[in-house]
Amino acid sequence: MKRVFTKPEKLKIFYKETIHEIDKLGLSSISIVAIISVFMGAVITIQTAYNTENPIYPAYLIGLTARDTLLLEFSSTIVALILAGKMGSNISSEIGSMRVTEQIDALEIMGINSANYLILPKITAAVLFAPFLTLMSMVIGLFGGWIAGISTGVMTSQQYIYGIQYAFIPYYITYALIKIVIFVFLITTISSYHGYYSYGGALDVGRSSTKAVVHSSIFILLFNVILTQLLLS
Amino acid sequence: MIELQNISKSFDGIEVIKDINIVFEKGKTNLIIGQSGSGKTVLLKSIVGLLDIDKGNILYDDIVFNTLNFEDKKQLRQKMGMLFQGGALFDSNTVEENVMFPLDMLTNMSFDEKRDRANECLKRVNIINANHLYPDEISGGMKKRVAIARAIALNPKYLFCDEPNSGLDPKTAILIDNLIKEITIEYDMTTVVNTHDMNSVMEIGDKVMFIHNGENWWEGTRDEIFNTENEELNSFIFASKLSRKIRDLEK
Repeated sequence: MKRVFTKPEKLKIFYKETIHEIDKLGLSSISIVAIISVFMGAVITIQTAYNTENPIYPAYLIGLTARDTLLLEFSSTIVALILAGKMGSNISSEIGSMRVTEQIDALEIMGINSANYLILPKITAAVLFAPFLTLMSMVIGLFGGWIAGISTGVMTSQQYIYGIQYAFIPYYITYALIKIVIFVFLITTISSYHGYYSYGGALDVGRSSTKAVVHSSIFILLFNVILTQLLLS
Repeated sequence: MIELQNISKSFDGIEVIKDINIVFEKGKTNLIIGQSGSGKTVLLKSIVGLLDIDKGNILYDDIVFNTLNFEDKKQLRQKMGMLFQGGALFDSNTVEENVMFPLDMLTNMSFDEKRDRANECLKRVNIINANHLYPDEISGGMKKRVAIARAIALNPKYLFCDEPNSGLDPKTAILIDNLIKEITIEYDMTTVVNTHDMNSVMEIGDKVMFIHNGENWWEGTRDEIFNTENEELNSFIFASKLSRKIRDLEK
C-alpha cells in the first residue's frame, strides 16, 4: 500500500497511463452501465406501478420512487457491483498475467516501483471517472423509467416528470457520488492486490480474478451499510 | 564484480540455498549450472533482490546490496539488466517501445534520443524492421534478443540471464549465447547466466559454478570442467549419450 501511494517516478508518464486507464476502465464501461441503467429504470417504474394500483396513491409517486431508488441505491451500489465484475476482473487478470510472465519482476529489476507504476494510475482513473458513470446512470435510468411508463400506459409523461421533481433532495446525488468514489477505490485496490500477488500459471490468474470480484463485491455491500448509516443518519 | 558471502535461503523451513560463497568477475560470463530444482533460479532471484536472503551478504562492487533500503536498492538496480526465461517483454508495447521503456522511465532524454538509443540496441542484437511489431508477433529467439536490447539500453554494469536458451533451437541458442558473451566484453559488465545447457558452458563459460542441492558443489573454468573427478558434476555433464561419446573420443 505504501509503495502504491508514493510520488510517481515521472509525472508525465503517470498522466499518460492515467488517461490510458480512463479509456480502458472508464470509457469502456459506459455501454454496459447505460444498458443496465435503462432497463433497471424501466423495471423499477413498471414494478412500482403494479404495486401502487390503488387510486389512493397518486401516479406521480411512480416517478418519485424510480428517482429515489436510482439515486440512493442503483446508480451507486448496483453500478459498483457491475464495475466490480468488469473492472475488477480486468485489473486482476492484467496485473496477474504480468506477474506470472515475470513482467513485474522485469520492472523491479529496472529499478521501477512496479506497484506505483501499475496500480496508482488505475486507482486514479477509476476514482476520477466513476462519478461520471454514476451521473450518467441516473439520467439514463430515469429516461428508461419514462419510456417504460409511457409505453405501458401506467402514467402520463407529465405525471412522471412531476414525480421525479417532487420533494427532490439534492444531497442524494452527493451521497451517491461519495459512495461510488469509495466503492471504486475498494474495487481497484482489492483487485490490484489479488493480481499483484498472483503466482503460478493461467489457472491461478483466473482464481485471483474470481477472488478479486468476490471480495470487491462483499466489501461494497459492507461499506454500503456503513456509508448509509454515516451519511444518511 | 559481484560477491556472494555465505548466502542461504529457505522456504517453509526447507533450505534451498545453503551457505554459498563465490565471486563473479567483471568482464566475464559467469555461469551457474545445475539440474532443474537445484536452486539456480532461487539463487539468481536472491542475487538481484527479487527474493530476500535469510543470511549472508551480496556485494556489488563492495556495496552490501541486501542491507540497502528500498530507494537505494532501486538506484543500484538501475545499473542491472536482466534477461528472463520467457523474455518478459511488455505485451501492450511494440518492440521499439519495449526497448525505450527503461529510457522513458529513468532518463531525461528527448524522444529522438531515446528512439535512436533503442534502435542502436536493436541493431546491436540484429533486430531489423521489427520495431513496430508486438511481442506476440515475433519468434522466441527474437523475443530474447529484444529482451537483451532492453537490458542493455541503460548501459548496465551487471547483466543477469535466467535460462537464456530455454525453448530455442540449438542454432539460435548459440547465437544468443554468443551475443551475451560479446555484449559482456563490449560493455565490460559482470554477467551471471543461469543455465543447464552444456553447449552454453562450452561456448561462453568463463567461470562456472555447479550448484547441487543448493550448495556450491564445484567451481572452475570450462576447460577444467571436463577433467573433474567430481561425481555429481560428471553425472550432470555426461548425462546424454552424445556427451559421453565425445568424452570417450577425447580420451
